[in-house]
Amino acid sequence: MTQISLAKCKVDQLVKLCEEFGNQEGELINVLHKAQELVGYLPREVQEVIARQLNIPVSKVYGVVTFYSFFTMTPKGEHPISVCMGTACYVRGAEKVLDEFKRVLKINVGETTPDGKFSLTSLRCVGACGLAPVVLIGEKVYGRVTPGEVEKILKEFN
Amino acid sequence: MSYKMHVLVCGGTGCRASASQQIITRLEESLREKNLEDEVQVIATGCFGFCEKGPIVKIMPDNTFYVQVKPEDAEEIVNEHVIKGRKVERLLYKDPEKKEAVSDSKHMGFYKKQLRIALRNCGFINPENIEEYIARDGYSALAKCITELKPEEVIQEIKLSGLRGRGGGGFPTGLKWEFASKYQADQKYVVCNADEGDPGAFMDRSIMEGDPHSVIEAMAICGYSIGATKGLVYIRAEYPLAIQRLKIAIQQAKEYGLLGQNIFGTDFTFDIELRYGAGAFVCGEETALIHSMEGHRGEPTMKPPFPAESGYLNRPTNVNNVETLANIPAIIMKGANWFNKIGTERSKGTKVFALAGKINNVGLIEVPMGTTLREVIYEIGGGIKNDKKFKAVQTGGPSGGCLTEKHLDVPIDFDNLLASGSMMGSGGMIVMDEDDCMVSVAKFYLEFTVEESCGKCTPCRVGNKRLHEILDKITQGKGTMEDLDTLRNLSRVIKDTALCGLGQTSPNPVLSTIDNFYDEYLAHIKDKKCPAGKCKALLMYHIDPELCIGCGLCARNCPVDAIVGERKEPHFINTAKCIKCGACMEKCKFKAVSTR
Repeated sequence: MTQISLAKCKVDQLVKLCEEFGNQEGELINVLHKAQELVGYLPREVQEVIARQLNIPVSKVYGVVTFYSFFTMTPKGEHPISVCMGTACYVRGAEKVLDEFKRVLKINVGETTPDGKFSLTSLRCVGACGLAPVVLIGEKVYGRVTPGEVEKILKEFN
Repeated sequence: MSYKMHVLVCGGTGCRASASQQIITRLEESLREKNLEDEVQVIATGCFGFCEKGPIVKIMPDNTFYVQVKPEDAEEIVNEHVIKGRKVERLLYKDPEKKEAVSDSKHMGFYKKQLRIALRNCGFINPENIEEYIARDGYSALAKCITELKPEEVIQEIKLSGLRGRGGGGFPTGLKWEFASKYQADQKYVVCNADEGDPGAFMDRSIMEGDPHSVIEAMAICGYSIGATKGLVYIRAEYPLAIQRLKIAIQQAKEYGLLGQNIFGTDFTFDIELRYGAGAFVCGEETALIHSMEGHRGEPTMKPPFPAESGYLNRPTNVNNVETLANIPAIIMKGANWFNKIGTERSKGTKVFALAGKINNVGLIEVPMGTTLREVIYEIGGGIKNDKKFKAVQTGGPSGGCLTEKHLDVPIDFDNLLASGSMMGSGGMIVMDEDDCMVSVAKFYLEFTVEESCGKCTPCRVGNKRLHEILDKITQGKGTMEDLDTLRNLSRVIKDTALCGLGQTSPNPVLSTIDNFYDEYLAHIKDKKCPAGKCKALLMYHIDPELCIGCGLCARNCPVDAIVGERKEPHFINTAKCIKCGACMEKCKFKAVSTR
């Protein structure tokens, strides 16, 4: 893993964040939620700061971060793309839509384009099953997406 | 202030995705222009359930139900309906059979057979205003419990009602409360399981978005019954709107003295806090959920001890699902004997289903237990999309199974679904048509389980991975008959030996598809064919030169330029370049593209 160094101000903010939760071990998940909001993702250094503050091993923090799909150790793109792969979207062709995003962006699920513009993930059900298959880009929801529309959608962000 | 007319606009996640927020803004602007803002009130409600036709706008008191409304329709609704009293015909729901407009939702096939208990307020009230909940008898069940009934009388009532857990297990709720009430401790907890992880099920989210106070009221009633003063809602971080509405509701309940100290002037104290999940399906299992709330990895532990004895922070804890809780206030107000007359002998009341997939009316429905799959799919759901043939319905999510035509007349309840090789689960109901490959569906669910297995016990961690590999092999056309036996045997071992509910039920999609669609497995293994035309490795796209008129639409839509041909001449697919995306088949207006 590449070594990144975290800005001092971010470290201070993380320390403060942990203090707000009383540096309690039991608040680890809440701390991680806030930390991801703050930094955008949870790289090793962030985990180390949190571990030190809550007085727990880094391995424990790492164990929790990697257990839950909501937490990520890679930075998201400027426009994070999530293709819903819930069952309703799956039977209405979400897999083909996902394949098309992979093909056009030349990245796999969980990766970010080299220019940092787009990242691609699949998620399980946003609950808009009436609009299946559904794609989320940032906050924007695209419904009834077909593989043919993928390039057109991506052009909106150029 | 009293209004003459109310315009209810669905503010659920689905309709918001189709711009319902803009509809509200445009309606309000238009009403302001006409100086009607004191006469007509626009309200953002929770989910109406009819997601297929969203965004929904309903006008009260005349009960007019407008479907698929766009922001630019707002002005016409105000000008025509509100001012002139004329319905906007083109926005009314058209009955697909009779081809006529239906304006009152009561007469729509989608709503006729429904009975709404858990969803009673969704789509009727503004979830961000506690007074609207109170106006519909909200918090009177809590008042009745703590001022008139003893804790054991409340538990007795819930036991008598026959209510069973709606999260999947189907455990009798009253019994669960009784267990938790019997253990003594300095602190007990009421936990609401709002970690809805079943892909394709969204009833809990809709209840929290549309009627958050019913959950809060029920948690307080539970707290009073079991002797707990603290409630925790474990909710998915992926549900921002539900979180926001719950937070508002908790705050309002505190301001009204319905949460906090000395509720209704008694010495009963109860408070609720939120805890966030972080995306782990296994956290729906109660011991895993409790570990997650404590800040650990959400791994399940052996029961006993049950949470009723030693749960959150080792204190007695009662965990109930959102939909289960939403039933409680109604049971207290109308009585156990009202509730237990609805449903079947061993499954009382109603069940909410998220109806989705290849069906005309996608949406959230609530029906009495004992309704048949046929009624749900054909009468409420309006049948299969694009007049295709019904193939299967998947219930119970990744833990459930696929039911077929022969199960269509089975009355839906906990026991019948289990006996048919599936289960109730949390209420996802995905309809599949002739174009769906059942081997791929089984593989899809296994992929989910493999991803979500916490890895603690070997049968689930390794066994499911092996099941997935074998299924993948079959969809690649490399399966053998021996693989089928291995699938069956391994499935049984996993079911018998896995630690928690996730592993014990994860082979169900495999077993039920082998049982019900054995021929389809054979076709993949022996003939190396996918009858549904889904498995990429087994299919080739082909243009019929007889049917192709050479319009070139397919070639223009092919993302990899694999289609060649002169204008007005039959086109051809270069199979070496083709990525089998199916775009050509989708676009062709002459049905000239097929798979073989």
